[in-house]
Amino acid sequence: MSLKKIHDQQPKEFDFTNDNQKKIEIILKRYPEKNKKSAVMPLLYLAQKQNSNWIPLAAMKKIANLLSMPYISVYEVATFYTMYNLTPVGKHFIQVCTTTPCLIRGADKIVKLCKEKIAPNENEISKKGDCSWMEVECLGACVSAPMIQINDDYYEDLDEKNTIEILESLLKDKPLKPGSYRGRKNTSPEVVRSETEGKHA
Amino acid sequence: MLKPENKIFKNLYNQHGWEIDSAFERDDWKNTKDIISKGRDWIINEVKISELRGRGGAGFSTGLKWSFAPKEVGSRPHYLVINADESEPGTCKDRDILRFEPQKLIEGCLIAGYAVNAHVCYIYIRGEYVNEGLRLQEAIDQAYKKKLLGKDAAGSGWDFDIHIHYGAGAYICGEETALLESIEGNKGQPRLKPPFPALVGLYGCPTIVNNVETIAVVPTILRRGGKWFASLGKPKNTGTKIFCISGNVNSPCNVEEEMGIPLKELIEKHAGGVIGGWENLQAVIPGGSSMPLLPKKTCDTITMDFDTLIENKSGLGTAGIVVINKQQDIVACMARIARFYKHESCGQCTPCREGAGWMWRILDRINKRKATLSDIDLLSDVTKQIEGHTICAFGEGSAWPVQGLLRHFRKEIESRCWDEPLIKKKTNNPYLVDQHLLENKNA
Repeated sequence: MSLKKIHDQQPKEFDFTNDNQKKIEIILKRYPEKNKKSAVMPLLYLAQKQNSNWIPLAAMKKIANLLSMPYISVYEVATFYTMYNLTPVGKHFIQVCTTTPCLIRGADKIVKLCKEKIAPNENEISKKGDCSWMEVECLGACVSAPMIQINDDYYEDLDEKNTIEILESLLKDKPLKPGSYRGRKNTSPEVVRSETEGKHA
Repeated sequence: MLKPENKIFKNLYNQHGWEIDSAFERDDWKNTKDIISKGRDWIINEVKISELRGRGGAGFSTGLKWSFAPKEVGSRPHYLVINADESEPGTCKDRDILRFEPQKLIEGCLIAGYAVNAHVCYIYIRGEYVNEGLRLQEAIDQAYKKKLLGKDAAGSGWDFDIHIHYGAGAYICGEETALLESIEGNKGQPRLKPPFPALVGLYGCPTIVNNVETIAVVPTILRRGGKWFASLGKPKNTGTKIFCISGNVNSPCNVEEEMGIPLKELIEKHAGGVIGGWENLQAVIPGGSSMPLLPKKTCDTITMDFDTLIENKSGLGTAGIVVINKQQDIVACMARIARFYKHESCGQCTPCREGAGWMWRILDRINKRKATLSDIDLLSDVTKQIEGHTICAFGEGSAWPVQGLLRHFRKEIESRCWDEPLIKKKTNNPYLVDQHLLENKNA
C-alpha cells in the first residue's frame, strides 16, 4: 500500500468551472441514476485537471455534495488510487517506470538523471522550470523499456542521451515529442542489431 | 510459425491505420448483423468449439463463462465489462489493441453483449493509458456515427452502448471484482467469491467481465468458425496469442503467434535473440510478473501454452515474457517485483498486506548480502502463509514468483546469506512477526 500525504496549504473553496460542469452532466449520463457515486473517479480527475494537477480537500467536499455521498468516501477513493495527486506536482510531471522489465533495461539510470536534472528528491518541484518526478510501478509499455510518462504522454525506448535531452527540454518548457526514441514503429520488432551494439542495452 | 493469413491482429503496429475505414478493409464489422441473427446459443457454442481461453491471465474458457449469465433477463439488467486495466509487469498487448485495433474490440463487445443479454458495456482502462482511452473514445464515436453502436446496433435489432471508465493507478483493479468495486465508485478491493459476477456483479446485477484480447478475437472466430481457431495451436490451448517480449533481448516487441510455440523460437525469431546469445540466458518470466520464472534449462525446450507451463510449475498468465540474461542480478530483479507487490497490495487481507512487504524486506536483505541462512526458510514460510489465504489471487501472484526464485536459484541465494544474524539476542522470535520491523525503525 502506498502512503499519501495531504498538502499543508489548502484552498478554502473549490468550484468546477462552467465547462467542467457541462462535462459532469455528460459523465453522469454514463451511469444509472441511482448509482451516480460511480462518477467519483472521473470527477476527481476533472478536479485534478482544473487545479493544476492536484486535488485539494475542498474539491473532495464539492464532489461529495454533487454525488450525495459522504465526504469520507470521496477521501477514501482519492487516497486509495495513486494517480490522484493530493499535493502539488510540477507542470511537467515525470513518472519513471522502475519495475523489473524497465529496471533490467536501465531504468535506474533514468532515475539518477532525474535526481541530477530535476530535483534530488521525488515529488520535489525543480528550482527552475516547474518540473517534478517520481518513481512509479509498471506503466504497461514493457517492450518499449525503459520509458517515462510526462503528464499524459509516453516517452519510450530511452537511453541516457535522449533522456537528458527530454529532461532539459522540459526545464525550458519546450517538451519534445512523445513516442519511441529509437524511431521504430510502435511495438514492432526492429531489424536485429549487431551483437556488439546489443551488449550495452 | 503463424501463417500471415491466420493473423487476427493485422494492424498490431499500426501499419495500415486505425480508423474505422481501414478497419473495414480488414473485415471488421463484416456481416456482424448475420452473426448476431444466428442467435445466442449459436454464438456461445461456436466460442466453445473454438476452445478460446481468457487472455487476461487465468485462462478460463470464455464460452463457458458466457453460459453462466442467466438465460433470461430478470428484474436486473445485465452488464458486460471489459478489463483493460493492463498493469501486469511485462504485459503491454491490450495497449496496442486499444490504440490500433479498437474496432475489433468494439465489435467484439457488441457480439459478446448480445450473447450475454447486456445492453450496456463499460470498458475499464487503466488511468495511465490516457491517450489510448482518447483513441478508443474516438473509435467508439466513429462506430456510433456509422450506426454500429447505439439503437439497433449494426442493424442487429440489439441496442448497445459502450462507456469508458478510467482507473487511477491501482494494479489490483485488474482483479475482476475489484474492478467492479472501482466502477461503483469505491476503493478497488476484491469481493469474496461466490457469488460470482456472472450472477451478482456490477451494481448487484449479472455481469460478465472479459479481457480486451479475449473479446477482440471473438468477431474473427465467429467469422472464420470456431473450428478454424481450434485448428491453431494445441488441443485445449488453441488459437493465436499476442506475446510481449521484453527484457534482455535484442529486439523487444509485441508479436501475434500460435499458442504452443516453443519459447526459444519465439525469442530468437521475433525478438532478435537473447542479448549475448542463447547461452547467456539466465531465466525467463513467461507470463507476467505473477508467474514463477523458468531457469534456462526449461527454456530450452518449453512451449508457450497454458497447460505446458502449468506442468512446469509456472503459467502462461498474460504472456508477458520477461527475458533475464546472465548480466542481471536475479535476486535484485525478483526483489523489485516483490516491491511492486508490496506497493500494490490493497491492504484488505492481512497475509497479503503484511506478507508482501515482508517478502520484499527479506529479498532486499538477501540482495544486499545482509541476510542469514535462516532467512531463506523464513521467506519460504512467508510465501506459504500468503498463498491460498487471501480473498483474491493477488496473494498467489505475489508469493509464486518468490517461490519460483527459491526453487530454481536456491544455491545463488544461499551464497549471499552468510551475514551474522541481525537479531542475536532473541532466539525465540514470535511466529509470524517480522522481528526486523520491530527492532529496526528503518527496516
